Parts: sequence; C-alpha cells; structure tokens
Amino acid sequence: MLAFKNRHRSFINILVLGLGLIWIAISSVGQTFTDRSIPAPRRGFLAPDFSLINLDGQEIRLADFHGRPVMVNFWASWCPPCRAEMPAFQNIYTEYEAQGFVVLAVNSQESRTTAVDFAQTRALTFPILLDEDGNLSSRYQAESLPTTFFINKFGYISNVIYGGPISEAFLRIQVEKLLEEVP
Amino acid sequence: MLPILHLGPLAIQTPGLIILLGVGLGLSLAERQAGRYQVNGSYLYNLTFAGLIAGVIGARLAFVAHYPAVFIANPNSLFSLNLGLFEPIWGILIGLVISGLYGWRKRMPVRLTLDAFTSALAIFAIAFHLAQFSSGDSYGSPSNLPWAIELWGTRRHPVQLYETLAAVFILFLVWPRSTWLRISGQHFLTFIAMSTGARLFLEAFRGDSVLWGGIRSAQVIAWLVLAVCSWILGKYQVKPTSIP
Repeated sequence: MLAFKNRHRSFINILVLGLGLIWIAISSVGQTFTDRSIPAPRRGFLAPDFSLINLDGQEIRLADFHGRPVMVNFWASWCPPCRAEMPAFQNIYTEYEAQGFVVLAVNSQESRTTAVDFAQTRALTFPILLDEDGNLSSRYQAESLPTTFFINKFGYISNVIYGGPISEAFLRIQVEKLLEEVP
Repeated sequence: MLPILHLGPLAIQTPGLIILLGVGLGLSLAERQAGRYQVNGSYLYNLTFAGLIAGVIGARLAFVAHYPAVFIANPNSLFSLNLGLFEPIWGILIGLVISGLYGWRKRMPVRLTLDAFTSALAIFAIAFHLAQFSSGDSYGSPSNLPWAIELWGTRRHPVQLYETLAAVFILFLVWPRSTWLRISGQHFLTFIAMSTGARLFLEAFRGDSVLWGGIRSAQVIAWLVLAVCSWILGKYQVKPTSIP
C-alpha cells in the first residue's frame, strides 16, 4: 500500500514538473514586456520630462541635460532630513560637476524668497528649481520629502530614494556608477 | 499603491512597516508553535534574532569591503541608515551561517526547527508581497483584464496581489495544525515547493522579469528548486520520521 502511494506521488511529481516545463515554454512565447520608454517615476523607466524656473527666473528643462547623469532632489526648507543632506549634495556636486554630473534641487511648494534664503545660507551652487504649485512633485509621486531620483545619461531612472538624509558615501557610489556608464 | 503612509506629521514608508509587521507576527507565531515540533521557543526566537542582527551587520560590512575608499573618505557613512549601503546577498548568507551556528551550538534538530519556522516564513511571504504591492515593485505585465490596475504609466496585471493570494493559500496548507503533514521536515519542504510552484506559474504575469535567452530566469530557478524539493520529499516517504 505504501509502495503504491509512493509510486502514485512520484507520478504526480513528474507530471507537475513536466507541466512546469510546458508553462515556462508557453509563457516565453509572445510575452508582453513593459515598454520602459513609457515615462514613469520608477527605477528602470524613462524619467518624465519637466520644465521649471530656477532662482534666477530662467527656465530649466530636464531634457536639456540628456547625455549627462542627473540627480533630481525634491526638498523643502522645513524638512529636517532635506536640510541635513544638502551639504553632502554640495560636496558631491563640487567634486563631480566638471565630469558632467548635474544636480537639480526642486523646492516643493515654497516661495522663491524662502528658497533663495535657504540656498544663500548654505552656499549652495547647484541649480534650485521652484515647483510652487507642487505639480512636478505630484507627477514624480514625491509623497514625502526628501525624495531623490538618479537619472542616467540616457534619461532613464537608475535609482529612487524615498526619505533621507542620503549619506555622502551612497551619493558618491551612485554618481560614480552613473558616470561610468558608456553611452 | 501606497508607498508612504502619512500619520499626522509622520511619513512612514509603508513597505517597511508591512515587512516589520510580517516579521513580528511570523516570529511570535513560530515561537508559540515551536513546542509542537519539540523545539525550544526561546531558542527559535534567539536563532532568528541572531541571524537578523548578523545579517544586517554582515550586509553593511560586505558593502564596505566592496567600496573601502568611499568609507575611508566618509567614515560616518558606516553607520548610515541608507538601505542602499548594504549587500543583501552577503547579509542573507552571513545571517544563515550565524543562525546555523547558533542552532548547532544549542543542538536544535534541523528538520523540526525548519518546520517550526515555516509558519513565520509563510506569514513573511504574505507581508513581502503586500509590501511590493504598496511600493509598486515587482509589477505585472500590461493587461486589459477588468481587474488590471493602473501602474507605471499603463494598466497591468496586479501580480503582487496574485502572489499575496497564493501566499495566503500556502499558509493555510502549511498551518502548524495541518494534519496531513506528519513527517519531520515536510512542513518546510512543502512550503518551499508550493512557493516555488506559485512563482513558476505567476512569474509569467510579471512585467519586470530577467530573461535568459528569452526565458524568464525566475521560472527556471523555481523549476529547479521545485524538482529538488520533490526529490527530497520522495526520499522522505521511503523512511518516514513522524512528528509526535
């Protein structure tokens, strides 16, 4: 009886494994994979393009930086981790700007005066953009601050970090990886 | 998708919260059910925590070993909470080794310990898939089915929910009081076999699969694990060792 039961189970095991192989074959035919050229605020997808005004009133567009690695950081002056990570951003920007690295710090829903005071107090030299109506923060699903997107030379999002502060070591590794990518 | 949970001034990362709840719930269940498998509940709890702590430290140290120059330049980053500063694979390996050493030192029976731990793994699997649903990770392939969800620019299979439902079903099957699982090690192996079987089937609906020559790599790995589990379970049936 036990031997019969074991033989019966062996047959089921072989049947299941055989069906598994058939399923692998079927599911590899006509697969509908994601078209990652769809712009979405998600790692692996094309970064949604945007255009915002900087502190000098000039229009800055993400697409203008195609071919260069970009870090887009959503921040606000009232947010403690945003304040804490700014010195690291400045250090990394100073070190890698000459190699083409771009930082776009998007101020979320604050006035131009607040953003200017913040940048001057901390001697920030990277571009600060104003998202006064919060439209871009919403499009990028930056539901909490800070939120940081690393975008490669081809315009694809390579990493998204929700929250902070981001350490300088992490930033350095991300930037070096982005710079190493060959177009 | 709910990546951030706003509670007053707090913005909590929902996936992390779900994972923590899953670990806590799973461990408390495993500890309470340990006696049924003749395993000391406190030992099981300590074994898990030793593995978790060693895993976290090991994952960070492995990352430091990978990028020593960066940490020499920024030594404070050694203690950073950034999740990106970990090597997860090394963390898992180191955690397993430390847990194994703890179990060996305490003379814990391997098969029965794994059985006692199975319910925790099954609950953790549910939490893991729910966390992925909340973060939008492991997303499905594009679909026009009525229950497809809008995610990352198009309508997709809610594959994380399919996996959650499968995990709930598996938990039901390997629940500690299941009477049909009577051989030591059978709870654990059945859980692994069913989980890999579910993965083999549901991977076909994923939109982010890694391909090996046109074949989804996760399906191949799942099939191999399923085959090994089936073979071991077959061996067990020759010389059964009953759970009391």
